[in-house]
Amino acid sequence: MEDYISLFIRSVFVENMALSFFLGMCTFLAVSKKVQTAFGLGIAVIVVQMVTVPVNNLLYTYLLKDGALAWAGMPDTDLSFLGLIVFIGVIAAIVQILEMVLDKFFPALYQALGIFLPLITVNCAILGGTLFMVEGDYTFTESVVYGAGSGVGWAFAIVALAGIREKMKYSDVPEGLRGLGITFITVGLMALAFMSFSGVQL
Amino acid sequence: MAIDKQELKSVLAKPLFDNNPIALQVLGVCSALAVTSKLETALVMCLALTVVIAFSNMLISLIRNQIPSSIRIIAQMVVIASLVILVDQLLKAYAFETAKQMSVFVGLIITNCIVMGRAEAYAMKNGPVMSFFDGLGNGLGYSVILIAVAVIRELFGSGTILGYTIFELVNNGGWYKPNGLLLLPPSAFFIIGLLIWAIRAWKPEQVEETN
Repeated sequence: MEDYISLFIRSVFVENMALSFFLGMCTFLAVSKKVQTAFGLGIAVIVVQMVTVPVNNLLYTYLLKDGALAWAGMPDTDLSFLGLIVFIGVIAAIVQILEMVLDKFFPALYQALGIFLPLITVNCAILGGTLFMVEGDYTFTESVVYGAGSGVGWAFAIVALAGIREKMKYSDVPEGLRGLGITFITVGLMALAFMSFSGVQL
Repeated sequence: MAIDKQELKSVLAKPLFDNNPIALQVLGVCSALAVTSKLETALVMCLALTVVIAFSNMLISLIRNQIPSSIRIIAQMVVIASLVILVDQLLKAYAFETAKQMSVFVGLIITNCIVMGRAEAYAMKNGPVMSFFDGLGNGLGYSVILIAVAVIRELFGSGTILGYTIFELVNNGGWYKPNGLLLLPPSAFFIIGLLIWAIRAWKPEQVEETN
């Protein structure tokens, strides 16, 4: 159990998707103007991450890994080169399914997330989570925890950035830095702050 | 097919500074930050991305009339993912050490929004030859920023370029005391932020009104 808590804390703070690996930056910078929208997108990322990382973990362990097809009588087959295309297919399909399920059963949530869901397919944080899961050789339970943790960490970071940017409206930024430039520098400072977590061990 | 020289030039040159994918369109930033602490990895990344984007643009443009619009995202993804797998396998075969250092970031070219963005915005509407050059231009625009950031970070962070010593470090009896911050990931944000400032000071029409 402690292992899982430690993994969760690590994936939220120490290995924060957005601020230590810079994944999902495009949406991170583009959709962080208002706290409310940032929050909606954050929730969507958590949900998708919690579903896709474990599903990809299962696919990788039982279909793609070197020798994973032993149960089907093909112990010498190594399909790991197909990984990327399978993972992105799964992500695209799950996002699509999630969109339809939400539309049918939770229309209010669908309304809130609507525009962000399709965007998530091309959010590198999602594919990145899966690839880090493969690299770290996580078990199924670990992958659930890791998926949740990395999603929460990303959501946390985007809400924090949106909060800062809302306040920044009142500051007098040099002309050329307005908009994108100052956002980059703000994110840089946030990433520096997050680096102080790097020694944390549970 | 006749190619308009004028248009070719604008398609190739526009993304370099006027409409730079990173500095103006905020696309494909993720990998730009993670692989720039050394010039070598940055160069490999630029090459990989430029190849993928040019060929994916061309292939998607070739089949654009056959793709039903409701599943176009998945169709584009399949084309892009196949190209990335090719590049990934080639890198693993011929440049294993560098590929190892770049870890997941080669795979992440799939979700690099420049590739998807150009496929959506240009390749779906234009012919294959022009799409190829549009991809090439955008790949180069991405490369310009990436190489600039990587040169600054490697030169001032560890005193070398491509592994060759330029500034002799204090530790080795030289005079240059390296700036450790530049080797840390957040420095890439500062450098890109300042580069954007520089580009906008030079081309004031890109300045945004609000914060």
